[in-house]
Amino acid sequence: MALLSFERKYRVRGGTLVGGNIFDFWVGPFYVGFFGVTGAFFTFIGTMLIIYGAALGPTWNIWLISINPPDIKYGLGLAPLREGGLWQIITMCALGSFISWALREVEICRKLGMGYHVPVAFGVAIFAYATLVVFRPLALGAWGHGFPYGIYSHLNWVWNTGYQYGNFHYNPAHMIAITFFFTTTLALALHGGMILSAVNPKSHKAFGETPEVRQPEYEDTYFRDTIGYSVGTLGIHRVGLLLALNAGFWSAVCIFISGPVYAGSWIEWWEPLRQFYVWGGVAG
Amino acid sequence: MNQYQNIFTDIQIRGPLEAGVSIGRENGDRAGTGSFNHLMGRVGNAQIGPMYLGFLGVASIACFVVAFVTIGLNMWAQVGFNPVRFVLELPWLSLDPPLEKYGLRVMPPLKEGGWWMIAGFFLTASILLWWTRMYRRAVALGLGLHVCAAFAAAIWLFLVLGFIRPVLMGSWSEAVPFGIFTHLDWTNNFSLQWGNLFWNPFHALSIVFLYGSTLLFAMHGATILATARYGGDRELEQITDRGTASERAALFWRWTMGFNASMESIHRWAWWFAMLTTLTGGIGILITGTVVDDWTSWGMKHGIVPVDFSWWPETPDSTTSSWGQ
Repeated sequence: MALLSFERKYRVRGGTLVGGNIFDFWVGPFYVGFFGVTGAFFTFIGTMLIIYGAALGPTWNIWLISINPPDIKYGLGLAPLREGGLWQIITMCALGSFISWALREVEICRKLGMGYHVPVAFGVAIFAYATLVVFRPLALGAWGHGFPYGIYSHLNWVWNTGYQYGNFHYNPAHMIAITFFFTTTLALALHGGMILSAVNPKSHKAFGETPEVRQPEYEDTYFRDTIGYSVGTLGIHRVGLLLALNAGFWSAVCIFISGPVYAGSWIEWWEPLRQFYVWGGVAG
Repeated sequence: MNQYQNIFTDIQIRGPLEAGVSIGRENGDRAGTGSFNHLMGRVGNAQIGPMYLGFLGVASIACFVVAFVTIGLNMWAQVGFNPVRFVLELPWLSLDPPLEKYGLRVMPPLKEGGWWMIAGFFLTASILLWWTRMYRRAVALGLGLHVCAAFAAAIWLFLVLGFIRPVLMGSWSEAVPFGIFTHLDWTNNFSLQWGNLFWNPFHALSIVFLYGSTLLFAMHGATILATARYGGDRELEQITDRGTASERAALFWRWTMGFNASMESIHRWAWWFAMLTTLTGGIGILITGTVVDDWTSWGMKHGIVPVDFSWWPETPDSTTSSWGQ
């Protein structure tokens, strides 16, 4: 048993959503619970089917293996296993596994008396995945619009799909999503760097030979001095979570609007803004 | 479900404004005493300012203003100084780098890249001065240099794009234009010209670290908010004197995925992931066109792109949806 020194007193009964005490136990460091069982089931089936699909395919090169969605001629129906049926079952297993994982996190939150922020955040990621392989294919009328499961083959799908819309960089929701990804990474660098620099201070003659760990007033002073505002120890985590969730959410928006909502070139989508000058007859 | 989920700060306390940690005689360089803002206080600290001025900050802002105004006036001139067209066409307007024929000439004609050189010089000067300011403020407070190192990692990518790679390629025309759509066009064309950047492994790593950083901040931010009722947000205190917030945060991840960071080490993960985004990204840009000129054939040679594309599915046309017509 891999128990941390302080772990035993936290390993208490209760907090489960389903199954009462039946699955309320740990295996090694892992909590099980009802959703641990369902999650393990979906993960095992899905992984085995991926290996089976790889065995049917032309290569064992890990970079090139690809589990492909069905041809769009199958529409929203089930396809034969070798022609995308595997992809369909693997998608169901993936969603079953992800949702089980989120609900297991809820049970662990309840057991530890924590807020539900982590499973809610994970829910946004699940939503983005479901948008790609369920909601958008549903709206387009064929499971074949999902992306292939392969380390590099999914990039080929991203490339081809992007250029069906002229230039995907011009997709306004894509712009917003990228901005959130970059901003999240910037904020993470600032936060991680700030904490590390306070805990591992630099020796400096003004502070004596033995540097002391800095307290939060130093964090506030550093960011007020440099950029005029320090969001604070609690606030940075709200900001970081909000930025990260927006990155995932707008990613889902940018792909869903491409096809189901707007089927033209994103480059031309902006033209009305430029034409507004002509329409409005604004005097120069 | 009547538990406190800690989304916003409900009760704001107003005491005296914090002047900041004393840094000796330089305290006099802090501008103002700060002020409170209720909306900011909903999310984080309500106090805005005071801010440290000093030579480096003022010089940096001055250089930035020169660069910004140079770019803006060039764009404005492109629409005949018409203010309405300037606003409406702003996303299309651009200050482009020098023409290819000028190579690495320091001062090409103003309208054929000279203004770009001037704007680029002042923007770079502004950024380097700001880095020095971040460094000086960290030293003044006796802090470590981790924020400065992370900022330097971002500057690495900036310099690769606008300076180091153009020098290696022998022409400033390789650099990125200043413009909203034009820098996106540059990105797009860069990928097309060098055979699809998706098969560049350093580009792939950079994206992994970008998404990984976002994943980490979602996990970390959510964990701290979820344990805030136990004082999880007091991270420095939890690092040096572990409390129940750290223990619960650690056990949450241990029970979920069999592994946990500590209150300090999660910030090391965060810092490295964020820094590696731009470090690997810069390498990926630097070797494109200088070392590798066709990523598709490179990928085929090294077994990450199939020689026979029929191994991968054809991407169906999704632009024929009835909704979108």
